[in-house]
Amino acid sequence: MKFGLMINEGPYNHQASDSAYLFAKAAIEKGHKVDRVFFYHDGVYNATKLTQPPQDDRHIVNRWKNLADEHGIDLVVCVAAALRRGIVDENLSPGFRISGLGQLVESGIQSDRLVVFGD
Amino acid sequence: MTEATGGIEMDEDSAGTIKKFMFVNRKAPYGTIYALESLEVVLISAAFDQDVSLAFLDDGVYQLKKGQATKAIDVKNFSPTYRALEGYDIEKLYVEKESMDERGLTEDDLIVDVQIMSRAEMADMMDEQDVVLSF
Repeated sequence: MKFGLMINEGPYNHQASDSAYLFAKAAIEKGHKVDRVFFYHDGVYNATKLTQPPQDDRHIVNRWKNLADEHGIDLVVCVAAALRRGIVDENLSPGFRISGLGQLVESGIQSDRLVVFGD
Repeated sequence: MTEATGGIEMDEDSAGTIKKFMFVNRKAPYGTIYALESLEVVLISAAFDQDVSLAFLDDGVYQLKKGQATKAIDVKNFSPTYRALEGYDIEKLYVEKESMDERGLTEDDLIVDVQIMSRAEMADMMDEQDVVLSF
């Protein structure tokens, strides 16, 4: 099955990004495909390369990047939500790209399931 | 790519596919940005010629309340946008009766024409959708 994911909350503050990551990993392990993860609302904070968690904690941003590298996942950050919150190309983590909300709607059309992680 | 419409060019995979999209609005219009940013997705989805509907439940019913006056909190009153949805051919607005009753609201309190339905009918409506986006 082809999944699209949407993440609507920031990292560390909320479980949404963790749950989505674990879901993506589990789905891939079961042989499913995760095509795209779309970051919206405060979810855009999952894409800043300035993130520096304590050494003994998970690195949520790099974890997404690594999973995307391994499995060809398209990590898309909403441009309007990003600009509002100061996420721009200069502080965007490698592995992510900034684009429009059309990418979310397209993901809904092309995926078998679009799964939303948020409040 | 422009800020508002970035990425709306469809590739061949999605051209011609029409899915049932439902946007579920569950939060009050102010206090958090969910309602406003939800509306931004709704407007973009209109460009994709999909079968779009909006559902309002829980505090989300307040998004359609008449007489929103936001000057004192220095936030833009975006409620007129709901009236503009018709111009985007988005005409399916569903409001849950129980949520209205719980908050003492009636159809006369709302700024747009909606279809009021019971919680059970709303569940059936969600079941019919291909894509449900909850905000």
